[in-house]
Amino acid sequence: MNEEVPERGTRARLTRAQKRALKRDPFAAAGIEEGDEFAAEALAAERAFHKRVPLWAKLAIAAAFVIIFFASFMLGRYGLTPDQWFFGIVDHIAHWFDPNWPYYDQELDNVLFQIRFPRIIVVLLSGAALAVAGASYQGMFKNPLVSPDILGASAGASFGACLALLLDLGNVYVQVFAFVGGMAAVGLAVLLNRTVKYDAILGLVLGGILVSTLFQSGTSIIKLLADADDKLPSITFWLMGSFASIDREQMLAIILPMIGGFLLLLLESWKLNVLSFGDEEARSMGINTRIVRLIVIFASTLVVSCSVAVAGIVGWIGLVIPHFARALVGPNYRVLLPASMAIGASFLLVVDDIARLLMSVEIPIGILTSLLGVPFFVIIYRRNMRGW
Amino acid sequence: MLCVRDLRAGYGDKEIVHGVSFDVADGEFCCIIGANGCGKTTLLKNLLGLIKPFSGGVAMNGEDVLAMNEKAMAKHFAYIPQAHTPPFPFAVRDVVLMGRTPHLGRLAVVAPADRRIAYQSLVQLGIEDLADSIYTDLSGGQRQLVLIARALTQQPELLIMDEPTASLDFGNQQMVLSRMKTLARSGMAVIMVTHDPDHALFCADRVIVMKEGNILLDGTSEQAITTEMLQAIYQTNVQVLDVTMADGHVKRVCVPFD
Repeated sequence: MNEEVPERGTRARLTRAQKRALKRDPFAAAGIEEGDEFAAEALAAERAFHKRVPLWAKLAIAAAFVIIFFASFMLGRYGLTPDQWFFGIVDHIAHWFDPNWPYYDQELDNVLFQIRFPRIIVVLLSGAALAVAGASYQGMFKNPLVSPDILGASAGASFGACLALLLDLGNVYVQVFAFVGGMAAVGLAVLLNRTVKYDAILGLVLGGILVSTLFQSGTSIIKLLADADDKLPSITFWLMGSFASIDREQMLAIILPMIGGFLLLLLESWKLNVLSFGDEEARSMGINTRIVRLIVIFASTLVVSCSVAVAGIVGWIGLVIPHFARALVGPNYRVLLPASMAIGASFLLVVDDIARLLMSVEIPIGILTSLLGVPFFVIIYRRNMRGW
Repeated sequence: MLCVRDLRAGYGDKEIVHGVSFDVADGEFCCIIGANGCGKTTLLKNLLGLIKPFSGGVAMNGEDVLAMNEKAMAKHFAYIPQAHTPPFPFAVRDVVLMGRTPHLGRLAVVAPADRRIAYQSLVQLGIEDLADSIYTDLSGGQRQLVLIARALTQQPELLIMDEPTASLDFGNQQMVLSRMKTLARSGMAVIMVTHDPDHALFCADRVIVMKEGNILLDGTSEQAITTEMLQAIYQTNVQVLDVTMADGHVKRVCVPFD
């Protein structure tokens, strides 16, 4: 319809100097010759469509993550000074190359690399997983009050874990059962969805409610059957969530599926933008909504089930963090998903540090995330009424 | 360009559209009018591929539309919904850029050429100053223009609109319709479903009148919008008058009465 429209793939004809100037300051004149209307229009387009995510927000998110990540290694019952921490890492690396490294301290190395390292990695993966799944679901369900539990992932995982605890199957099976339970519950919800033909989103929510109810009743039955002196406390404790018993094997077991799930969600980030405008509009903009929904559900359930399997139920992250991220970087999923992951990881690391430090007995982290999540939510809600 | 042949469609086993056939040419502004439940929206949903017809065919420049996937279809048709409120405060530039979705690759990398096309859509509608605004903060009329800009960014051959002016005030209705009219003049084909016969008189080259799932009449707006026809399809008292405006032009208007 418009002959001036360039073919896709031909880049706007800006010189390298103009592009550099544009990158440095998109609002300053970029040295365009008079009469070069094509370049002038390209420049106007680049200016109008220049992403305006504030630099301070990006820097603050990255800096907070780095500081919290490294500080978490020093905090704990066995407190470390920065130089102990620094030389602990240097010695660990040296010990790799030379097993007879003289400064190698077995005890320090144990604390840093056998205990804290796996725990910190698992905490940050879980925080990122819950936040990114929550953000994705909020877009997919077009509802800012949705959390990753909506399709029954947590209910299914709880049931699986409680079943393994009831049958005394041991730690590894608790995790496997929790993972399988979460995936199975969501799979069932997706299958039930087919009963509501005219509205896929409504069908999914309904399926999620039904499946959650089903598995919650199952968990209640298990609690009823469980030995009140021995098994019931361990079930209750598991349901409150904790990172206290994380070890290297657990970290290695979840790290690949977690990263796979993250990559899948990041790949769909643009489509999540379009999907948040509703099914019919997204389809008219060329998106196969059924497939995108299945990918998003699969990837979210994968990462959430991994988290629940090793740490139990950690609530509120998936609901609160995406809102906090949206307040900082805006609703564009391209930026929102990585921001949610970084903030979710940082937040859960802080909460886990508090859980380790606050009392002589470790507090279950699920309790703390809820306690801290509620005031946090109220603050964001009051500050950021727009778009609710 | 668009060619619909003996299209039968509906929901479940209930047939609502009973075999309609029509063509739309390049640059033609085609309005579909008819009472509630006559099958206008069902027809549009079939054209957009949102539901599959029972039988019949839709072709675009000789290509079978019903066999296309969403992506291929979105390069031919763009849908302009009623101005609405999405759950998140997207910036206008992001909303408009979403129109490039069918042209993007697997990684959805947005190239400068895509931004340029999106910008041209904004300029075409005269709303380039809104690029930085938040879509959810805009007035209904402005939102509607942004959605039209998004549809143009799709670079379709045909724009499909379902009641685009239903939630707008009087001034914004005229504003949106006259911009659509200008677009059609520049060569874009438009199919618009409307409840207001005055809107069809204002902008349509061609009016398709539907009743109970069939096409009752397919002709110019003067042929279609007459007292007899409106009374037949809406079952209400209405008179269609030709009035002479202050500048001497004769305009046709619909006047309902008791």
